[in-house]
Amino acid sequence: MATKQTKTLATFMVAPSVIMLFLWMIVPLCMTIYFSTLRYNLLDPGNEAFVGLENYIYFLTDPDFFTALGNTLILVGSVLFITVVGGVLLAILLDQPFFGQGIARLMVIAPFFVMPTVSALIWKNLLMNPVSGFFAYLAKLVGVEPIDWLGDHALLSIIILVAWQWLPFATLILLTAVGSLDGERKEAAEMDGAGPISLFYYIILPHLARAITVVILIETIFLLSIFAEIFVTTGGGPGLDTTNIAFLVYSQALLQFDIGGASAGGIVAVILANIVAIFLVRMVGKNLDA
Amino acid sequence: MGRIVLEKVSKYFGDVLVIPSIDLEVEDGDFVVFVGPSGCGKSTLLRLIAGLEDTSGGRILIDDVDVVAEPPAKRGLSMVFQSYALYPHMTVRNNIAFGLKMAGMDKASIDKKVNHAAKILDLGSYIDRRPGQLSGGQRQRVAIGRAIVREPKAFLFDEPLSNLDAALRVQMRLEISDLHNELKTTMIYVTHDQVEAMTLADKIVVLNAGNVEQFGSPLDLYNSPRNKFVAGFIGSPKMNFIEGKHAEKYKVPTVGIRPEHLGINTKQSVGAWIAKVGIAEHLGSDTFLYVDAEDIGQLTVRVSGELNVSHGDIVYLTPDETRLHRFDGDGMTITAAK
Repeated sequence: MATKQTKTLATFMVAPSVIMLFLWMIVPLCMTIYFSTLRYNLLDPGNEAFVGLENYIYFLTDPDFFTALGNTLILVGSVLFITVVGGVLLAILLDQPFFGQGIARLMVIAPFFVMPTVSALIWKNLLMNPVSGFFAYLAKLVGVEPIDWLGDHALLSIIILVAWQWLPFATLILLTAVGSLDGERKEAAEMDGAGPISLFYYIILPHLARAITVVILIETIFLLSIFAEIFVTTGGGPGLDTTNIAFLVYSQALLQFDIGGASAGGIVAVILANIVAIFLVRMVGKNLDA
Repeated sequence: MGRIVLEKVSKYFGDVLVIPSIDLEVEDGDFVVFVGPSGCGKSTLLRLIAGLEDTSGGRILIDDVDVVAEPPAKRGLSMVFQSYALYPHMTVRNNIAFGLKMAGMDKASIDKKVNHAAKILDLGSYIDRRPGQLSGGQRQRVAIGRAIVREPKAFLFDEPLSNLDAALRVQMRLEISDLHNELKTTMIYVTHDQVEAMTLADKIVVLNAGNVEQFGSPLDLYNSPRNKFVAGFIGSPKMNFIEGKHAEKYKVPTVGIRPEHLGINTKQSVGAWIAKVGIAEHLGSDTFLYVDAEDIGQLTVRVSGELNVSHGDIVYLTPDETRLHRFDGDGMTITAAK
C-alpha cells in the first residue's frame, strides 16, 4: 500500500499519540490493580497493608454482587432490545417521504443531546413522580391509581429512561443504513413479488445487519457503565433493586470508604465487560466483515 | 405469449411532461430495443411497462389485458437492472430462487427451475457463492438467471451492459442474443448505445424527448431514416449533414451522407469536393478521416482498409448519389424526389 519510507514516517508520526493513549490507559489500570490488593479504607488512613486477593474474595462472595450483576445484565439486555427493535421501526418510518420529515427527524434525535443527569431529573420529577408527574396526571384523568414508578417498578423505570436516551442513537445509525439501500434492489424485489413484509424481512433487515451490529456493540459499552441515571433517580434502591456493577463499585468506594474493595470491584467489572464484549463480537461480529 | 401494446401512454413527473403520448405495438417474440439520447424517456417508458412507475394517462396491454392498475409482480414480466440489483446477503441460488419463493412455489420445483436456469447460463461453478464474490459479467448472468426462472411473458432490460468493460460487453451482447433465440420470449431492451441496438434488435424504437421518432428494423432505420434525428443517431460514425451551396444542387435545404458512402480519391477528379485531412484514425480494418471540406466544413469519411494519408493532405470526395438522404426545412426526409 505504501512505500517503506512513508510507513516509517507514519510510525513516527503516530507514536506520540499512541504512547499517550497507552499511558492514559495503563497507569490507572495498574494503580487500580495495585489498590485492589491493599487493605485501604479512608476511615482508617495510614494503615494500608498488602492483603493479596482478599478484596476480590470479599467482593465476589458478597450477595450484593450477584444482584448487581443480574441488574446490569437485565438493564443492558432490555435497553438493547428496545432500542434496536424501536430503532429499526422508527428508521423505516422516518425514511418514508412525508410532510415535515426534516423536523420529525430532528425531534426524534433530540433526546440524545440531553445530558443523562438532566433527562434523569426530568423523568424523575416531571414524568414519573407519583404525585405531580405527568404519568400520574394521565392516570388520574382516566381514574386509575397512579403508579409509583421509581418506587414500585424501579428497574423498569430505569430501563424506560435509558432506552429513551439511546433510542435516538440507534435510530440515527439505522436511518442512514436504511437510506443507503439501493432503490433498484427494492424494485427488483418488488418485481419478484415481495410484499411489504417480505421486503422488510428478506431485503431491508439483512441490509441493516451490519448497522444493528454497530449499534449493539457501541451501546453495550456505554450501557454496562450506566451510572448518572441511577444516581440521580433511585440511588441504587429501593434496597438493591437498581444497583448495577458501576453503582456497586461507587457505593463501596464513596459510601463505605473502602478503596481496596472498590478497586477490586472495578477490576471485576472490567473483566466482566470484556467477557460480554467477547460474546457479543462472536455472536454478531461476523456481520462486520463484508 | 408476450404481446405488449401501448396506447396513448403519457407520463408526468410533477409538472414536467416526460412522455407526451406514445403508441407502440410489440409483437410476441420480438426483440425490441428502445434507443435514444440521455433523458429521452426510454428508461421511464420501460419502467412504465414494468409497473415501477404509474402512468399519467393511456393504457398498457399485455396479451390484450390492461395492466395499468396491476402491481409489477402481477404483470408477468421480469426485469434486469443496470446495477444488477442482486441481493448481496443471499447466495446466487437464493437470489435466483427468491421470486419463486415469493410466489409460494414448493422447494422441489424451485430447485428444478433454478438448476435449469443455472445450466442455461452456465452458473454451476459459482451457484453457492454470494454476489460480492462475483465479477461483473457473472453478476450480470445471475441477474438474467433471476429473470429467466420466473418464465415471464417478456423480459425487460434496463441498460444491462453499461457497467461492463468493452470486451465483456460484446460477449454478453452475443449471449443475450443467443438467449433470445433459445427462449423466443419477447424482450424489451433499453440502451443509449446504438451499436447494441443495431446488433440485438429485431425492431428499434428511436426515442427523442419522449416521442417515438421511428419504429422499424435496424436496416430500415439505417437505409431510410424518417428524419434528420434518426439519420444522425443511427450509424457510427455519425452521418454528415451538408447545407448551403452543395445541398442546393439537390434542390433541398439539407442533404445527408454517411461516412461510408463518400468516395475518396487522392488525385484530382471532376466535380468532387476538395477537402483537407485533419485527423486520420488508422484502425487497420478501417480508416476514419476527419476532413475540412471547402464550402462545407467538417466531414467524416470512412474508408475500408488502409489508406495512406495523413494530416494536411488534400483529398477529393465524391458522394454516392444513391445513398444520399434529402431533408426538408423541418428535418423530415424527402423520399419522392429521386
